[in-house]
Amino acid sequence: MIEIEHVHKSFGSLKVLDDVSLTVNTGEVLSIIGGSGSGKSTLLMCINGLEPIQGGRILIDGTEVHAKGTDLNALRRNIGIVFQQWNAFPHLTVLENVTLALRKVLKKSRSEAEDIAVKQLKHVGLGDKLTTYPGKLSGGQQQRMAIARALAMSPRYMLFDEVTSALDPQLVGEVLDTMRLLAEEGMTMIVVTHEMQFAREVSDRVAFFNQGKMEEIGPPEQIFDAPHSDNTKKFLANVR
Amino acid sequence: MFNYTFHWRPALNALPQMLEGAVVTLQIAVLSMIIGIAIGVVLAVMQGSRFRVFRGIASAWVEVARNTPALFQIYMAYFGLGQLGIHLDSFVALLAGITFNNAGYLAETFRGGLRAVPRTQVRAARSLGFGAFDAFRLIVMPQMFRAVFHPMTNQMVWAILMTSLGVIVGLNTDLTGVTQELNVRTFRTFEYFAIAAVLYYIIAKIVTLGARGIAWRLFKY
Ligand SMILES: Nc1ncnc2c1ncn2[C@@H]1O[C@H](COP(=O)(O)OP(=O)(O)OP(=O)(O)O)[C@@H](O)[C@H]1O
Ligand SMILES: [Mg+2]
Repeated sequence: MIEIEHVHKSFGSLKVLDDVSLTVNTGEVLSIIGGSGSGKSTLLMCINGLEPIQGGRILIDGTEVHAKGTDLNALRRNIGIVFQQWNAFPHLTVLENVTLALRKVLKKSRSEAEDIAVKQLKHVGLGDKLTTYPGKLSGGQQQRMAIARALAMSPRYMLFDEVTSALDPQLVGEVLDTMRLLAEEGMTMIVVTHEMQFAREVSDRVAFFNQGKMEEIGPPEQIFDAPHSDNTKKFLANVR
Repeated sequence: MFNYTFHWRPALNALPQMLEGAVVTLQIAVLSMIIGIAIGVVLAVMQGSRFRVFRGIASAWVEVARNTPALFQIYMAYFGLGQLGIHLDSFVALLAGITFNNAGYLAETFRGGLRAVPRTQVRAARSLGFGAFDAFRLIVMPQMFRAVFHPMTNQMVWAILMTSLGVIVGLNTDLTGVTQELNVRTFRTFEYFAIAAVLYYIIAKIVTLGARGIAWRLFKY
């Protein structure tokens, strides 16, 4: 369970998250939508401790992320995260991209790591690209590799930050399909996305962020068909 | 016009001796590069540090190494440190001087190379659970080395040529040292130094070509 309680976050004098509270239950898929600069990416970075916060707290299965004694490296093994782009390590092959953390972070043997990696890469349809370097992959393949790499660590949570927004339209589908599959398998996910149709289909709940505040949260039917907040309405009118 | 008869035969007879000197030259150059790269990486990281002391030490090193003659740096390692009671033999003093110079130049090169590696790479690595040091060692550093491979090769050649300065601290086992001893004994200056020059040239070329081969094997992506 991910519990976000009254989180405040600023970059210098710029307030980016303003008293954000929300809980993601195990097995739940939460989508986050909202305008550019509303703090969505920042929230994900705070959840796995890549960014410090100035107020409130975030608990992952009861462990406070920003508490002093927290072992962030250990915590992050349970939280897979895929960014919009530049996830791949360009100097490593697809297989090595996936095995590196298995071997160096989880201390698995090479053969054990390779077994896991091959399985995950096949799962996302990259079984024939093991010895390819990321530079030779399409954007969609790179994103699927990043998903496989995160999943190989057997995380309890997956965070996605607009993983399709840098892709050519014809490549979006293959990545969304991969995520859909994951949702069906019961993975707990937070998905920041601009793909409203996808959010509606796979999410248990959708949260709308506006200027650092969580303006509204509810089931997809509420957010998309009968939003309570005027700002949500305005936002959805613009993206449609 | 000039009155000098070339005597190549005795000079060529000394070739085995000179080749032994070339090996010492190469040893010093390679060692000074290995240690210089290690120190250079540390200095480059220190230059990007939050702590002023680290930035200060690193900048001072880089500034002095790059803006004073290499000859002075070697001289200081031998005679300067000697006066302070630290007596290095000429081999070690030369090695120290060149290493100091290498580290300074390489630090600056590496700093540029580090800038070529996007911050997002560190973020991606840390989010997989890598600690800061492992993220640097396994993700950032390999990419940095690719970005700076050519300037690094140039520094290696420069290190080879700098070893000739060993004569000023009395080194007589490297290529220049051996050549100088032969010269003093026979006064066939032109012949010996011409052969030495050819040997330097060949070593430098081999290193450059070798580096190109290594780069080709290493950086397939
Ligand atoms: N490292 C940083 N330093 C300073 N300001 C930052 C930093 N990262 C983000 N910001 C600012 O914080 C605000 C929120 O950024 P964030 O990336 O979280 O928005 P977002 O909702 O993900 O937007 P988008 O949909 O464009 O990705 C923006 O105004 C951004 O400029
Ligand atoms: Mg964002």
